[in-house]
Amino acid sequence: MEYQAKELFAKHDVPVTLGIVANTPDEAKVAAEQLGVVVVKAQVKAGGRGKAGGVKLAKTPDEAFEHASNILGMEIKGLTVNRVLIAPAASIQEEYYFSFLLDRANRSYLCIASVEGGVEIEEVAKTNPDAVKQIPIDAGTGVDEAKARSIVAEAGFPEALVEQAVKTVLTLWTVFVEEDATLVEVNPLARLEGDILEALDGKVSLDENAEFRHDDHAAFEDKAAADPLEAKAKEKGLNYVKLDGEVGIIGNGAGLVMSTLDVVAYAGEAHGGVKPANFLDIGGGASAQVMADGLDVILGDEQVKSVFVNVFGGITSCDAVANGIVGALELLGAAATKPLVVRLDGNNLDEGLRILNEANHPLVTIVETMDGAADRAAQLAHDSASKGN
Amino acid sequence: MSIFLNKDSKVIVQGITGGEGTKHTALMLKAGTNVVGGVNARKAGTTVTHKDADGNDVELPVFGSVAEAISTTGADVSVAFVPPAFTKDAVVEAIDAEIGLLVIITEGVPVQDSAEFWAYAQGKKTRIIGPNCPGIITPGEALAGITPATISGTGPIGLVSKSGTLTYQMMFELRDFGFTTAIGIGGDPIIGTTHIDALEAFEADPDTKAIVMIGEIGGDAEEKAAAYIQAHVTKPVVGYVAGFTAPEGKTMGHAGAIVADGAGTAQGKKEALEAAGVKVGKTPSETAQLMRDILNAL
Repeated sequence: MEYQAKELFAKHDVPVTLGIVANTPDEAKVAAEQLGVVVVKAQVKAGGRGKAGGVKLAKTPDEAFEHASNILGMEIKGLTVNRVLIAPAASIQEEYYFSFLLDRANRSYLCIASVEGGVEIEEVAKTNPDAVKQIPIDAGTGVDEAKARSIVAEAGFPEALVEQAVKTVLTLWTVFVEEDATLVEVNPLARLEGDILEALDGKVSLDENAEFRHDDHAAFEDKAAADPLEAKAKEKGLNYVKLDGEVGIIGNGAGLVMSTLDVVAYAGEAHGGVKPANFLDIGGGASAQVMADGLDVILGDEQVKSVFVNVFGGITSCDAVANGIVGALELLGAAATKPLVVRLDGNNLDEGLRILNEANHPLVTIVETMDGAADRAAQLAHDSASKGN
Repeated sequence: MSIFLNKDSKVIVQGITGGEGTKHTALMLKAGTNVVGGVNARKAGTTVTHKDADGNDVELPVFGSVAEAISTTGADVSVAFVPPAFTKDAVVEAIDAEIGLLVIITEGVPVQDSAEFWAYAQGKKTRIIGPNCPGIITPGEALAGITPATISGTGPIGLVSKSGTLTYQMMFELRDFGFTTAIGIGGDPIIGTTHIDALEAFEADPDTKAIVMIGEIGGDAEEKAAAYIQAHVTKPVVGYVAGFTAPEGKTMGHAGAIVADGAGTAQGKKEALEAAGVKVGKTPSETAQLMRDILNAL
């Protein structure tokens, strides 16, 4: 969120005014009493806050109270606003855009800079693409002062701001590298009265894979806005994404699970349009505990009417997966209420099927192929939904 | 024939004494791979004991560095099972030692580390596969990675995939035909060997008669591969793309699997591949059937 990005900017000496975070209209009013004329800004991890009515100028503390009352609780792109940032209103002369980001296509980094328009950058990119400079950064050598000067020159910052711009570019590069970011964006980077260059708004995306060397990054996670099922799955170390559908999905390997979602969606077309309810990758080891944790999260989703367990026994053999399913159903006991369609393939399949057949659990149906199992799971979800269960 | 890996490859394992390294060294040996040693600076001078494909004990030396392992054994392939925090150093070490092929299995490598070692590898002698991948298998000859060697034998199909389990699934579906080589290139935003590198090698490999290419949402690798196929690949290519139902802005398991700002969608990739003359299956089984039809007609 903006205030968190600004805290990271301040930590690395990027010129920025932090403002005050408020969780209630009263806090907003108190903050405005300290700061004078302010802007009340919704804090959510989404763009287009201004267009959604989440950014308002307040000339008095009472106005700040009123705007905060309206903005807090508002939904922007599906996210509830739980806090606002009270920032001193700045007298903006010009707006610029600046970012460093991961450049997947070139397996390196990219700097994007424009001195023609900050917040309207997308419009500028359409109407005057030459004004938006894309400058490749070598991941081996990074950005030193000479590179920063060449970026500032290429972007065409006004003469009076060059030294400040060089310093800003270098400090933003420090944010990018030292925080393991995949995006550091300042929009707008503003020329204020008196030729002062300042980051008025910003966005930082951090690499989750690098969390092990950034103990402080976990605090940036917005637990309040997170889906409760996703939060529960994360606590259990499961790779889960909640979707809008009726067929719960458990599988192993990101690619196979994505593929399973697709196959269920196709199958659902013939069964009342039921859809996959989630992405859940239990990874290589499908122990009873992991399987039980996964089922527990999925069965906690009230929309779910049936569950499709689709596992390819590669490293993990099918007998281990079968034992995982049987063990999970024992662990869950009466909490397991929805039909399970299981499809296994691969390593030690016969033993896996033998274990499932022997357990003969009333909720479990074994189907031989992925397509057939998806069809069965979709059908069960549709039957159950149409019965009003 | 095969690409990148064959029965003559001499394989070392970086991280041979760790849990994953131990488990998969055993499986690689069982698959017939000529594993000649491993690396762990803290256990240099010791040995580890495993069984070869015939069940005989083999004692493998543990070296202090990749360079030492190469000079003693003549190794030309390294498979890295090193925790994410140490992966960059391990990769740089392998590049400096001029290993020919480096397969990085490790999942969870910070993407800036990958960007740095990729930049470092430019102009050097090492081909990198991964990170976050199942590695490469030339069935009946050698395995450098974690792909189960029992799924399929040798045959006329070349396979390249971002996903591990979809590689296994597709090998299983087409086990009646078999594979020259199957490569899992990994699902991270920055990877070494790409779809295009593998397509180029399969095109040049006389034993590969047809190619299966598996992609997923995120990035533009499939679109670039489509353009490459149109211009350079004469062999039949069948494609599959996972993630049609993935919502925008959500990472689907693989760090690189995300649709952002409307880009990197499965639909866009499918259309790009079809425009290049690639037959794209809707499901893994349909994709396998497309391949079967092509091979039966050859």
